[in-house]
Amino acid sequence: MYNFDFIKPETLAGAVEALAGEDAQALSGGQTLLPSMKQRLNAPATLVSLTGIAELKGVSGRAGASVTIGAATPHAVVAAEAGAFYPALADLAGGIGDPAVRNRGTIGGSLANNDPSACYPSAALASGATIKTNIREIAADDFFQGMFTTALEPGEIITGVSFPIPEKAAYAKFQQPASRFALAGVFVAKFAGGVRVAVTGASEGGVFRWTEAEAALSANFSPDAIAGMAPPAEGMIGDLHGTPEYRAHLVGVMTRRAVAAAH
Amino acid sequence: MPKDSGIGASSKRREDVRFLTGKGRYMDDMNRPGQAYAYLLRSPVAHGRITALDTREAEAAPGVIKVMTSADTAGIGGLPCGWQIHSRDGAPMHEPKHPVLAEGKVHHVGDPVAMVIAETAAQARDAAEMIVMDIEELPPVVNMKDAVAAGSPLVFDEIGTNVCFDWTFGTPQAETDAVFAAAAHVTTLDLVNQRLVANPMEPRVALGEYDPITELHSLFTTSQNPQLIRLLLSAFVLGIPEQRVRVMAPDVGGGFGSKIFHYNEEVLVVLASKALKRPVKWTSDRSEAFLSDRQGRDHVTRIEVAMDKDGHFLAMRTDTLANLGGYLSTLGPAIPTILHGTLMAGNYKTPKVTVNVKGVFTNTIPVDAYRGAGRPEATYQLERLVDKAAREMGLDPVEIRRRNFIQPDQFPYATPVGLAYDIGNYDATMDKLVEVADFAGFEARKAESAARGKLRGLGVSSYIEACGIAPSAAAGALGGRAGGWESANVRVNAAGGVTVWTGTHSHGQGHETTFAQIVADMLGLPENMIDIVHGDSASGPLGLGTYGSRSLAVGGSAIVRATEKVIAKAKKIAAHLLEAAEEDITFDKGTFTVAGTDKAIDFGTVALTAYVPHNFPHETLEPGLEEQAFYDPANFTFPAGAYACEVEVDPETGKVSVCSFAAADDFGNIINPMVVSGQVHGGIGQGIGQALMENCVYDENGQLLSGSFMDYAMPRADDVPNYVVDHSCITPCTHNPLGVKGCGEAGAIGSPPAVVNAVIDALQRGGYSHVTHIDMPVSPSRVWAAMQAK
Ligand SMILES: Cc1cc2nc3c(=O)[nH]c(=O)nc-3n(C[C@H](O)[C@H](O)[C@H](O)COP(=O)(O)OP(=O)(O)OC[C@H]3O[C@@H](n4cnc5c(N)ncnc54)[C@H](O)[C@@H]3O)c2cc1C
Repeated sequence: MYNFDFIKPETLAGAVEALAGEDAQALSGGQTLLPSMKQRLNAPATLVSLTGIAELKGVSGRAGASVTIGAATPHAVVAAEAGAFYPALADLAGGIGDPAVRNRGTIGGSLANNDPSACYPSAALASGATIKTNIREIAADDFFQGMFTTALEPGEIITGVSFPIPEKAAYAKFQQPASRFALAGVFVAKFAGGVRVAVTGASEGGVFRWTEAEAALSANFSPDAIAGMAPPAEGMIGDLHGTPEYRAHLVGVMTRRAVAAAH
Repeated sequence: MPKDSGIGASSKRREDVRFLTGKGRYMDDMNRPGQAYAYLLRSPVAHGRITALDTREAEAAPGVIKVMTSADTAGIGGLPCGWQIHSRDGAPMHEPKHPVLAEGKVHHVGDPVAMVIAETAAQARDAAEMIVMDIEELPPVVNMKDAVAAGSPLVFDEIGTNVCFDWTFGTPQAETDAVFAAAAHVTTLDLVNQRLVANPMEPRVALGEYDPITELHSLFTTSQNPQLIRLLLSAFVLGIPEQRVRVMAPDVGGGFGSKIFHYNEEVLVVLASKALKRPVKWTSDRSEAFLSDRQGRDHVTRIEVAMDKDGHFLAMRTDTLANLGGYLSTLGPAIPTILHGTLMAGNYKTPKVTVNVKGVFTNTIPVDAYRGAGRPEATYQLERLVDKAAREMGLDPVEIRRRNFIQPDQFPYATPVGLAYDIGNYDATMDKLVEVADFAGFEARKAESAARGKLRGLGVSSYIEACGIAPSAAAGALGGRAGGWESANVRVNAAGGVTVWTGTHSHGQGHETTFAQIVADMLGLPENMIDIVHGDSASGPLGLGTYGSRSLAVGGSAIVRATEKVIAKAKKIAAHLLEAAEEDITFDKGTFTVAGTDKAIDFGTVALTAYVPHNFPHETLEPGLEEQAFYDPANFTFPAGAYACEVEVDPETGKVSVCSFAAADDFGNIINPMVVSGQVHGGIGQGIGQALMENCVYDENGQLLSGSFMDYAMPRADDVPNYVVDHSCITPCTHNPLGVKGCGEAGAIGSPPAVVNAVIDALQRGGYSHVTHIDMPVSPSRVWAAMQAK
């Protein structure tokens, strides 16, 4: 790690101002950013912590309608508190990393980072969530733009995420054996107007909607409706832990399991 | 009746008090006054020629004291190799120099090129980035099959080949081949024993401190064998008298073999401290450990067995390519030969066994011992092969093993591959396994799994290992350059307490507890009167350290011999005090008695008198009560046993879950059953890790793909089941005073084939009869791919 300055503002305005400085970067739970700094792969001059800003924290919602989560809310809090509104989202949060990661890592950091194997992006995309920033609101469909790439502008801060609550939903994750991130993770959300299926961990393009499955499941929300189906292997990630073919296959399996588990 | 103290008691591990309360004395917490910090600049490429190395800017950087390159190590030797293997043509193995800093060429990613010493660790690291290092990249040699092909690029230009040795062992090839030609059935298996990273919880640390007045070179290091490091560092690398080097290894947070070897950094911090006249410390981080700790396994093998029509083994032959990496490590060439080829008979009475091993240099991190070291590679091949043979012959896997087991009345048994097993009873451990693993209930469990959509399989393995390393004569005959003895010092203090120094080292094995149990039992004292001291070459006796499940069998035997000498001396003192003849004195439960009388004196009084010898006849009775013993074992010890694993395979994803694991081991006599169970648990955990998860992988450029825990899959608590561990089958070792065999590696040796056999069994029973083998790690993606490949 190289030397850096550290600022911990108490207001969003303070954070925005601090992030305007040269080589400043937002720090939330630090579970992604700090390891990369330790390895000297990332060297911001100033870290601007978001975890001291009260308005970026917490879970609030209206049963059956929507739940909003502050960007700096750790996974453990989402796991404990979001279940009253959106059980599938709480389940997903409770399955991220280990207790240390869940107590530090935050939803805002996860979405901003958009790791192709991260869990939250699939929930946001499948739910049709709205990502709120200090300057605008961005639909999840527009937010994720490929591996580690989002619609965020430099210095733009995610303040919260608002999830419409589906009738039924579930997240099925197949763990990469070492990191326990998703080797393939599928979030299925059934709304009155149709089913949305978002896939993480599998594609070289990052999180994506599997529209073929959405169409089949919108017609018949049951695992049988997508029996034997899998997305094409082309464009899937191939690495130590699985070939593109295997990942494509897993997406089919995990989608069926998510549908079966949806509640 | 379980005992509550002494030999056979499950005494609680006294060292755990400090480990569990954060009071362990680990190296990273140790700092010396005036200490400077070192950082190693390592090669970013696998193979290349260093064309420029400009350290001027780094030397001028803030806090920098010195930058060392190979120019600073010109006067010293390379890192020595402890074994010399001879090729089939009688020629000694190629033994190119292993410099402590790269000389001219880099041989693997992570190869140390320069060391920066600065006031702080961060300054040293910052300055290392200012070193201008130009490397002209050469085509890397990564894959062993490519490395041995004609025209391959060379890791060492000067030897003209990547084959370090071409070794053959056991029955002459032609004799074995003749049996194969006439056999009723031959089973063949090609397999890979993948490369592993040991990953002890504590990364390595080395701290050098030179005293210009006494000329003492002190090295504090994370080592399994401080005395051995002292020998190698003084005699082979620095060329100075051994007593001017002191090596200390305080609490060490796990080794698993990877902390046996003499490492570059140990030499460098000592040299630097001498040059700078101040202590110099280097601490590895986890990423650096992946690039610099010696790695394990990495064999590619074809193994075959010839059988008669009833499944009796007539002959066995193997061809193995064994990866040595980019340099010869301390024991590198011994692992795939002496510790592997000699075990290829297994528990079986196969009359002819031929083993061929080529040791191969590649542009990868050097390979050396990892828990089991050679013996897991042998056991895995054999036990996978035997399972495949059983299937091909239509025999039950337990039955084919029983048909071929060496029988109890055949001991001592000379194998075709150089060993003489002293004792064992392989049917007994198999019987015990069948009982404790509840084979009878398997069908019901399988039906229950099937009801949940899972395929269940049962896998068996039997194993034997050669431990208690090593009889010096055997080691010498097989190419070892050191002996295999241990020594111990037992000092009875005036107030009756006993201090025992051992040349072995404890880094998780619990010696401080178990060795005290032995001495307490022999002297009839409470265990808490006995202290075991290890880890400092200055205060400890000579010794060779801890590896190869040798500490109890060899080091413990030395302690027994020294304690026997103490008792003999104490009897002399007691005879004097009781005014009786020495031969009339008996010693039992801490009391000396004149036979046939009620005249007696207790141990404490004898001890006190030894140091308060007011009326000793000094011509015939020396004061003091302290003895030393050296013990050189007459033979290896041969722990053996049988393991069973049950797995469930998820047919949709290929994921394997271990449902249960049972072990029936014959370790000879047991000193502390709880400690033994713990050793077996840890070994099985690592074996399951190898079987299902761990994999050290390089890409075609020699870059390490699995260089962190994000990609190198270590087993965690929820990856392993509750183990059933039994060590009630006991055939005491015939040649050491305790009748013990060693238990440190067994778990890691016997378990991988049991796990893989279980996976194959599950697939076979589940209708995937085309799947006869899957290489480790048997990961979900590999299982799924094998299921698809109809
Ligand atoms: C061992 C381990 C296991 C893990 N397992 C999983 C897993 O199973 N599934 C999973 O999904 N994730 C996993 N993670 C990642 C974890 O969820 C991280 O917490 C998350 O990816 C990043 O969140 P953070 O709050 O720690 O962000 P940080 O590390 O603080 O920041 C990450 C990036 O986001 C930026 N950023 C942070 N907050 C904001 C904001 N509000 N607005 C704009 N930019 C912002 C930062 O500048 C930085 O670039 C794991 C991490 C570890 C270390």
